[in-house]
Amino acid sequence: MRTSLMLGVTAAVMGFAVAASATTLEDVKKKGFVQCGVSQGLKGFSNPDDKGDWTGIDVDFCRGIAAAIFGDPEKVKFTPLSAKERFTALQSGEIDVLSRNTTWAISRDTALGFDFRGVTFYDGQGFMVRKSSGVKSALELDGATICVLMGTSTPLTLADFFRANNMKYEPVQFEKDDEVVATYESGRCDAYTSDQSGLYANRLTLKNPDEHIVLPEIISKEPLGAVVRHGDNQWGDIVTWTLFAMLNAEELEVSSSNAEGMRASENPEIRRLLGTEGKFGEGMGLSDDWAFNIIAKVGNYAEIYDRNVGEKSPLGIPRGLNALWNKGGVQYAAPIR
Amino acid sequence: MSFSRATYLPARRPPVSREGVSGWLRQNLFSSPGNTLLTLFALYIIWLTLPPLLDWALFDAVWRGEGREACLAEDAGACWAFVVAKFGQFIYGRYTITERWRVDIVFITGALLLALLLSERTPGRRFIAAFALFVYPLIAYVLLNGGMFGLEVVETSLWGGLLVTLVVAVTGMVVALPLGILLALGRRSELPALRFLSVIYIELWRGVPLITVLFMASVMLPLFLPPGVNFDKLLRVLIGVALFSSAYMAEVVRGGLQAIPRGQYEAAAALGLGYWRAHVLIILPQALRLVIPGMVNTFIGLFKDTTLVMVVGLFDLLGSVQVNFSDANWAAPQTAATGYAFAALIFWTACFAMSRYSIRVERRLNIGTRRE
Repeated sequence: MRTSLMLGVTAAVMGFAVAASATTLEDVKKKGFVQCGVSQGLKGFSNPDDKGDWTGIDVDFCRGIAAAIFGDPEKVKFTPLSAKERFTALQSGEIDVLSRNTTWAISRDTALGFDFRGVTFYDGQGFMVRKSSGVKSALELDGATICVLMGTSTPLTLADFFRANNMKYEPVQFEKDDEVVATYESGRCDAYTSDQSGLYANRLTLKNPDEHIVLPEIISKEPLGAVVRHGDNQWGDIVTWTLFAMLNAEELEVSSSNAEGMRASENPEIRRLLGTEGKFGEGMGLSDDWAFNIIAKVGNYAEIYDRNVGEKSPLGIPRGLNALWNKGGVQYAAPIR
Repeated sequence: MSFSRATYLPARRPPVSREGVSGWLRQNLFSSPGNTLLTLFALYIIWLTLPPLLDWALFDAVWRGEGREACLAEDAGACWAFVVAKFGQFIYGRYTITERWRVDIVFITGALLLALLLSERTPGRRFIAAFALFVYPLIAYVLLNGGMFGLEVVETSLWGGLLVTLVVAVTGMVVALPLGILLALGRRSELPALRFLSVIYIELWRGVPLITVLFMASVMLPLFLPPGVNFDKLLRVLIGVALFSSAYMAEVVRGGLQAIPRGQYEAAAALGLGYWRAHVLIILPQALRLVIPGMVNTFIGLFKDTTLVMVVGLFDLLGSVQVNFSDANWAAPQTAATGYAFAALIFWTACFAMSRYSIRVERRLNIGTRRE
């Protein structure tokens, strides 16, 4: 309570201060790079590779913003933030955009003075069980012992789900993710619950990942998206349309490999997307080939998803909700026209 | 005829029970039924733990590989291939790869200076010490940070790994010692204002956990500063750590000062020495010698506390190891254990070296006063 009050006050103070200075886009152009807040290491979302470069879906999203503004996906600097630091870092102006698997929820969107700008990844709480148990649905988990991480919303959602379905369970709670996974692996729990992306990530550290499956049920909504400060709509538009450009590109089958050739396409939608027709960058203070730069230099949504968390990565998370709207998912981008 | 012996009898060998391996064993390990029992118990524990540990760390370990597949084998031990692949990051963090030679130079000169200073036979140690204290930090700063003499700037946000651990620890130690001595003298001063301020400083910094200090420095400070004004994060942490450890050092030094008998102060005064000369020439040399174990204790604690910088988003050695657990290309059952083992090995080596050296210094300095 006290922290939220404090955050509110500081947000108000910073709100004035930020409004008084130049727009975020002007600031970013002046310093020559986008400062992007990411996690301190989360498989597939933001993690360092062997060379120490940041990779991941959250990271690629920031590279997309940099490509839209500068035409260069490398003009971005990453600030690794803990869960506690992330909001103050955004409020204080230390970062320009927060792309750190942050769940879009009303309290954060309104009271804290932030704007969520689209959903880069639809996550949700799920269950993992041993294949040998024969369980095929979360509704068969009546009476099960379930390993869960303490102090997050995960155990609360778990309790709600079991109560709503009139089932019994026994929670085994731990403070650290490693402990939860180790206990599940030791066989003390029948199931392990966490956000789906986390289930797939932690499955990789199990001795025999193939002996475990993630159940299809998702029992909570965790839309993860990029966050900006409230009040600078132009900057917010850039973030939103970076995501939309990636999604539209997938829908129109424009990818990093064929973007150059597609510029000559006859399809008016593709021509507008790639900036060969119309002046759609202008309204955001960008050049007209902003979307072309995102797609050619970072990729469309499918490419980014596949190489970081999807089929082409060790995680292998199925597209599920994150498939395009016309392919059974809920990823839907407003058109460019 | 002579009744006195002109030559010595050849020395007889000591009894079998006191000689050689079996004698040593009998004396040290099996001297009584109780000790025999304890020895057997200890051997049993070693037999239980050592072979699996060696199997894990050496015989079943994976030394080479390009990614997680290498470490996924059935019953594979430590995944050292992970440490090999990430070694650069563990040492330099994300420091620009083509500029890492600068860090190497700083490391090597630092190690050389240290070696020269630690050996008692080096000629001109005083000058080397002065160089190490006043010139070396400047050279190190210019080399690491760049921006001068045509060196490319490498921002501190890219620093990491052992580099950050050493920078934080060494700065903390070098600043804490003189500041701590001054604070300890201030606390024992006869000037009330000075004493009062020293007490407040010491009690304030000792009263808050280091993690709070770091949080204040990195999370709260930016909110009080006007937007756009951004202190370097590493600098904030360095200042926080130095101020914090100087408070601890002050209390250690004060312990030494209090152990000096009054007579020493009076003798110094009788010789006509003023406050500073009395302290520098007579009191401090004795007091500091007394508190070497305490100082080394503080240094070792500080060295290990540097891992706390992780909470403010700096990646020290342990942080660099941990952040790399999140690389899905290396996610395997033994990755985390191997990474922690590697970090533990480095920390242990450094702390053990400090502790051995302090024992040597104590022995050398206490030759005159040793009580056996």
